[in-house]
Amino acid sequence: MSTTNTELCSKESSMMAPTESPIVHLASRGISPVILLVGMYVFFHGHYSPGGGFQGGVLLAAAILLLRLSLGTSLSQPVMPSWITLRLSALGALIFAGIGLLSILLGGNFLDYHYLPMPWLEPAYLRYYGILLVEVGVTITVMTTLVAIYDDLLGC
Amino acid sequence: MHWMIEFLLFVILIVAALVGLTVRNLLAAAVILTIFSFLTAAIMVSLGAIDVAFTEAVVGAGAVGVFSIVAILMTSRKSRD
Amino acid sequence: MKTLQYLLLLTFLGILIVAVTNLPPRGDVTAPVHQHVNPAGTIVAGTYFIQHAYEDARTPNMLTVVLADYRAFDTLGEVIVVFAGGLACFFILNRGRRKP
Repeated sequence: MSTTNTELCSKESSMMAPTESPIVHLASRGISPVILLVGMYVFFHGHYSPGGGFQGGVLLAAAILLLRLSLGTSLSQPVMPSWITLRLSALGALIFAGIGLLSILLGGNFLDYHYLPMPWLEPAYLRYYGILLVEVGVTITVMTTLVAIYDDLLGC
Repeated sequence: MHWMIEFLLFVILIVAALVGLTVRNLLAAAVILTIFSFLTAAIMVSLGAIDVAFTEAVVGAGAVGVFSIVAILMTSRKSRD
Repeated sequence: MKTLQYLLLLTFLGILIVAVTNLPPRGDVTAPVHQHVNPAGTIVAGTYFIQHAYEDARTPNMLTVVLADYRAFDTLGEVIVVFAGGLACFFILNRGRRKP
């Protein structure tokens, strides 16, 4: 017995999840915020330990995919709506390229963080925050692209 | 000592690849694929590349496993080989 | 066909084990990758990054500095590839299907 496409994302049974097991429901709803927290930690602590934008983004996406897989697409819409995923993905790539273009407009090379408009910081910390802003773009793009691929795969 | 740990990890890696090739149930094959990529991450840790290991563990055991399981649920469960 | 697979995998196991046993120990200061000048006589490319990463960006993890500061254009290409993959999945998997 293979689970079909319509069972995983049926419109008529929008209040009913694909699995009726309460153990799977409670476990996934309990584990998912912990994975989100670990993902945020990995992303923000990427300056000091292994990690960074890509790994943090995939961890955040894994938490949302766990909710999508166990609760169904319709019940996990409040966490990340389906219509917003590709738009946020484009926004993340735009943040990355926009920081590069901003440093071109302010007189430097492409992606030269030394020219970012934050004059109250000394140059080394300017590069620090430039790296952090770029990693924000990477995280948003990777997280939302994985969720968008899952939604397109199920077709709902 | 260090050498023996890597030898053990390589042997388990090859055994996981063999089992993943021969098993008929595709869902089990997808789970064995995630085991394979997690063992690859362990080998990367033992070689000293922590960041590569982190990426491999998160992507290979998190995202690729979910996508292959969903793709199997939408098609047939058994492989006719 | 099965025996060919098994022989291929066993050959691969042998190659992996030979490659790992010939590696220098981890953290060996006399290994060629940890030298200032490589055996060909030129300066190793990573020397500048290791020496200047903390002064340039005040970031202890020098891999983040290399990935997002010195080689930021490479990371930009990676992000564009991920985004293009998502876009391609959107256009291929939603062909002939109406989004609700």
